[in-house]
Amino acid sequence: MQSELENEYTGRLERTVFYPLTHTTRTYYLLVFFLAAIVAWGLYAYYTQLRYGLVVTGMSDVVPYGLYIVNFVFFIGISYAGALVSAILRLTNAGWRSPITRIAELIAVGGLTDGAIQPIIDLGRPDRILHVFEFGRFQSPLLWDMIAIMTYLAGSFIYLYLPLIPDLAFARDRLGPRNTSLKAKFYRLFSIGWEDTPEQRRRLNKSIGIMAILIIPLAVSVHTVVAFIFSLTLRPGWNSTIYGIYFVVAAVFSGTALLIIIIAGFRKAYRLHEYITEKHFRYLGYILLTMLATYLYLTFTEFITIGYKLEDGDRQLLSLIMQGSDAPWFWFFVIGGLFVPALLLIFSKRKPVTMIVIAAVLVVIGMWAKRYIIVVPTLEVPLMPFEFGSYAPNWVEISIGVGTLAGFILMMTLASKIFPLISIWEMKEQEEKKRGTVDMEGRKP
Amino acid sequence: MVRWGMVIDLDKCTGCQSCSVACKAENNVPHGSPEEHQRRMTPFWHKVIAVSRGQYPAVSIDLIPMPCMHCDDAPCVTVCPARATYRREDGIVVQDFRRCIGCKYCIIACPYGVRSFNYKEQEEKEYHRPDLPPERADRGVWPFPRRVHGVVEKCTFCFHRIDAAVRQGKKVGEEVVPACAEACPARAIFFGDLDDPESGVSRSLASRQSFRLREEMGTSPKVFYLPR
Repeated sequence: MQSELENEYTGRLERTVFYPLTHTTRTYYLLVFFLAAIVAWGLYAYYTQLRYGLVVTGMSDVVPYGLYIVNFVFFIGISYAGALVSAILRLTNAGWRSPITRIAELIAVGGLTDGAIQPIIDLGRPDRILHVFEFGRFQSPLLWDMIAIMTYLAGSFIYLYLPLIPDLAFARDRLGPRNTSLKAKFYRLFSIGWEDTPEQRRRLNKSIGIMAILIIPLAVSVHTVVAFIFSLTLRPGWNSTIYGIYFVVAAVFSGTALLIIIIAGFRKAYRLHEYITEKHFRYLGYILLTMLATYLYLTFTEFITIGYKLEDGDRQLLSLIMQGSDAPWFWFFVIGGLFVPALLLIFSKRKPVTMIVIAAVLVVIGMWAKRYIIVVPTLEVPLMPFEFGSYAPNWVEISIGVGTLAGFILMMTLASKIFPLISIWEMKEQEEKKRGTVDMEGRKP
Repeated sequence: MVRWGMVIDLDKCTGCQSCSVACKAENNVPHGSPEEHQRRMTPFWHKVIAVSRGQYPAVSIDLIPMPCMHCDDAPCVTVCPARATYRREDGIVVQDFRRCIGCKYCIIACPYGVRSFNYKEQEEKEYHRPDLPPERADRGVWPFPRRVHGVVEKCTFCFHRIDAAVRQGKKVGEEVVPACAEACPARAIFFGDLDDPESGVSRSLASRQSFRLREEMGTSPKVFYLPR
C-alpha cells in the first residue's frame, strides 16, 4: 500500500517536472524570440560603443561610473538568492527548501554571469582586459574583485551542477526515446555515469555538503569586495566602514525578492503548484521581511552617521540625494522599496502569494534605485570646488542595461527547457523521510 | 635623488589660462567641441579652477591653476589594477597609455579630479601621427607617438622635456621647464627639485608661507601654492 502511494507520488512528480523538457508551447517560442530581440538590440548598442568609444554614453570625467556599475552591483546582488536559499537552508536541513533550490542555483549562475560582464562593458579598452593578469597590482581592489567574482562563479557552477547529476541521470533514463539526439547526448555526457548506487549517493551528499559550506564565505567575500571598490576611495558617502555588510545584506535582500518572482513565474508557467506551495512564498516572505528590517536599520545608521555630523562633502551629498536631482530615486527606494513592501508583507494574510510577489517586485526595483543612489550621487559631488557634476544615462547605456536584463530572463527560460526545475531526487528523499521509510541520514532502517 | 615639484604663486597669477592652453598645445591634448565641454568629457591635463568666496556683495574669486599634483602617496597608483599608472624614481606619476585598460578607477580614486578620460577617437589628425609636431628635435622624441581612445590621460610634468634636459646636461628649472611654466606671462609657476635646498622652488618655498590642496588626504602632493 505504502509503496503504491509512493510510486504514485514519484510518478506524478517526474511527469510534472519532465513536462517542460519534452513539451514546448507557442508562447514559449514567442517569449524566447522577444527576449532574443531585446538582447540583439543591446548587442547593437554595445557595438556602437565599441565602434565610437565611451563618448556615446552619458558618462563624463566627473561621473565616470554610471549605469553599468549600477547594474554590476545589482546583478551580483541578485545572485545571492542561490547562496542563501540553497546553501544556508541545506545546511540547516530545512525540509521545505527542496523544490526551490534548483531555481535558486540557476539564478545564482545567471545573475553572476550578467554581473561579471558589466565591468567589462564599462571598460574603455576591453581588448586589454588580460593586462590585469599580466601586470596586475595586488593592492588594487579591482583585482580582488575579479578574483573573488571568478572564484564565486566557478563555485556557483559546481554548486549548480552537483545536485543536478542524479536528475540528469533521471532525464537520461526516463526520457529516452522522446529525447532529441543532441539532448540525449547532453544528458548522457553530463550525468557522468550516475547509477544511484549507495556509494555514489554518499559521495554526492558529501561533496554537496562541502560546497554548501564553501559557497557561503565565497558569496560574502564577493559582495564585500564589491563594496570595497567604493569604500576604499576618498569620496564622500562611500567613506564608510559598514559598506561590506551593507552590501551583503542588500544582496540577500534583493536576491530573495528575485527568487520569489522567478519561482512565481515558473510555478504559473509550468503548473508546479503542487510542489511550490503557498508555504514557500510565506517562508520566503518571512526571510524578505527580516532582510528588509535589517536593511532599513543599516540604511538608517548609514545616513544618521553622516547626516548628524554634516561634513562639507556629506552635506552636499545629502542635499543632492534628499532634495536634489537624485531625490526621486531615493524617495522611490524609501517608500516604494521599503515601506510599501513592508506593509504588503506584514498584511499578506488574505492573498499571500499575490501580495508577496508584488512586494518582491517593488523590492527588486527599489533596490536597483538604491544602487543608483549609491553609485551616482557620490560622483556628482565635486572633489574640489568645481561645479556639481551631472549624469543621465543615454540610449546606449539603457539599451545595454535592458539587454542584460533580457539576457538574464532568457537564460532562465532556456535553462528551464534543459534542466529539471525541481530537484527530483531531493524531493523523493524528502518524501521518504516524511513517510518514515528512511531516517534523517537517508539510510533505510 | 631628485624629486621634481612645482610652486604656483597665486599672488602673481592673473588667471589668464595661458598655462592650460600651452599644455594643450605641447601635449596635443584634444580641444573638444563646445558640446563636449558642456558634458565635461574633454581631457584637460592642466586647468584653472575658479573658487568663489563669500556671499553676494562681498565676493572674491580665487583662480587656481591645477596640474596633476604628482602625489608622493598617490591613490591612483595604488588602485590601478594593471600597473598602468606608476610613480617614477624622480617622483613623477605617469600613465602608460599602452597598458591602461580604461577602467577609470584612478579617476574615482584621485582626490583632486585632475585625471581625464579620453572618450573618443580624435578627429584632429595630429593626434595620431607621430611624424607631426609635437615631436620636436630640440625637446626629444615625443613620448606618446600613438594615442588611443578609451584610456585615462593625465599631466606628466612634461617629462619628455625634463628627460631630454637631463640627458643634455641642461639645468631643469632654469633653462628647461614644463610647458605651463614656460608659457606663464606673469612668471607665477616655478619648477625644480624639491630635495635640492638651492633650487628655485625650494628657495621660494622657504621665503613664504605655502599650502597644498587637500593636504588632509595624506597624499603629500608635490605642487605647492603660495597664497595671495
